[in-house]
Amino acid sequence: MNAYLDFEKPVAQLEARIADLRSSAQSDQVDISAELARLEQKSAALLETTYSSLTPWQKTQVARHPKRPHFRDYVQYGFADFMPLGGDRLYGDDEAIMGGFAKLDGRRVMLIGHEKGHDTESRLRHNFGMGKPEGYRKAIRLMELAGRFGLPVVTLVDTSGAFPGVEAEERGQAEAIARSTEACLALPVPIISVIVGEGGSGGAVALAASNRVLMLEHAVYSVISPEGCASILWRTAEKASEAAQAMKVTSSDLLSLGVIDGVVPEPVGGAHRDPETAADRLTSRISEELAQFDGRTSKEIVAQREERFLNMAR
Amino acid sequence: MNWLTRARNALPFLGKRDTPDNLWTKCPACQEMLFTKDYEENLSVCPKCDYHGRIGADRRLALLLDEGYEVLSQPDVREDPLKFRDTKKYTERLKQARAANPHRDAFTAAAGTIDNRPAVVGVQDFGFMGGSMGMAVGEAFCKGAEEALKRRCAYVVVTAAGGARMQEGILSLMQMPKATVMTRRLKEAGLPYIVVLTDPTTGGVTASYAMLGDIHIAEPGALIGFAGQRVIQDTIREQLPDGFQRAEYLHRHGMVDMVVDRHELKGTLADLLEYLEPAEAA
Repeated sequence: MNAYLDFEKPVAQLEARIADLRSSAQSDQVDISAELARLEQKSAALLETTYSSLTPWQKTQVARHPKRPHFRDYVQYGFADFMPLGGDRLYGDDEAIMGGFAKLDGRRVMLIGHEKGHDTESRLRHNFGMGKPEGYRKAIRLMELAGRFGLPVVTLVDTSGAFPGVEAEERGQAEAIARSTEACLALPVPIISVIVGEGGSGGAVALAASNRVLMLEHAVYSVISPEGCASILWRTAEKASEAAQAMKVTSSDLLSLGVIDGVVPEPVGGAHRDPETAADRLTSRISEELAQFDGRTSKEIVAQREERFLNMAR
Repeated sequence: MNWLTRARNALPFLGKRDTPDNLWTKCPACQEMLFTKDYEENLSVCPKCDYHGRIGADRRLALLLDEGYEVLSQPDVREDPLKFRDTKKYTERLKQARAANPHRDAFTAAAGTIDNRPAVVGVQDFGFMGGSMGMAVGEAFCKGAEEALKRRCAYVVVTAAGGARMQEGILSLMQMPKATVMTRRLKEAGLPYIVVLTDPTTGGVTASYAMLGDIHIAEPGALIGFAGQRVIQDTIREQLPDGFQRAEYLHRHGMVDMVVDRHELKGTLADLLEYLEPAEAA
């Protein structure tokens, strides 16, 4: 059963009709295969046109879709032998940010990313993908480990933002994010980041100060949530759609601004309709990007990353 | 402006009086009425309650650097790359901010000496669009760092900002890693980088160059944090603890080295620089 977004209503109605026809076909013995095929084609075409012209606000909703694949799904479909590692050795383990060794097309990598969870229980456990200082400090620890052992780092970014809470502030949320960004920039190995869902502000960039930054087609990446921006600049969160439009949050916008290096196309109707294909495309693109750094020295890798950010946004 | 002044200024034959408005300053913290002249001579610190008021870039530079410092020119950056418009055009907001401020954007750096020790000082001015960090701020921060690298001297940065400049969208977020490239270069070159956190320093500024100093100094009472208090309150639905996100609170939680009164700031920086002599490049 799909969870439909508001703008998918026409698709939902068609798919409901198809389902109805199917069940009545079984009882009535009438041949409706022609009609079914026609409707299915219509529904697929509608889905394709709907998803080829999503507004920035609609994309934001797709990026936050409850069924959207997250870190664990990509690990399952796209990586082999994931060995999760835990803890920041300072305070605790934060499951909003996961990380560990993994193999990507046979290549050993350090895989780090936000996990939002997929039902109430797991969402609570992963704190909806909102990292705390101990999560970012775990990421720092794992990045440094990867650097020492020559393992390239892959990060999957998917967070509405770092956790805003009293304890997070007390334990130095800002410092942890700043140090995590610094750790990305200091890596002697390549680091490739993909915004797979929401790239929410500092909590996202802390894992994405990378040699290559990619986005899934319907992911969004922004300095503040559209609601947050709207409530500050328009003084009402109801203008979120306008704010999403004005801030330029989509993969195509960010590609033309030079902030990201590439867009990974999603299956028609979004990654949630076919997580396996989405994961395949994602990992093969990451492999291609990593291969470009083969044979490069640490110095070259660091320099390329530094220039990327120094020359950007001038 | 009170109603009397307003009424008076509205009368065409009387002419505007500019004195009554700024002869007195009300302390925003204790509400005490202070002679503006006395308040400013006291470095905009309330003599009654020690509230540290916000001051602009020029006053801050004059306060920290010895006479004869050189203000670095503001770097050129793309203007309004997103053609951003909320209830007002971003270009309009910029124009207004520039009309009310001697500088073109919110970060001004100068090279000189602090008690005869060479230093580059960068100052973020909350008075310019809330000190917000966009491309101009990021670029000016980097330019200040480059100047310190060139002169092989300390880089002192005085922060004040609500956060990133939303009108520049993702490009403002990209200033965080960009500034961090430069703090790393200072470190690698063996040069000290000292951050002075002033009221308020929040959001993306705190979560990048404001928290990467070798030494963190905060002014008394300064609001310093990552998330906004309203956002936190909406998340946890409880009262925030007393003094939450204030300088003294951060000091207790190990995020700043010291809380220093504005009158002692220059002397403290000079004392620190005596210990943090530029090392040989690594």
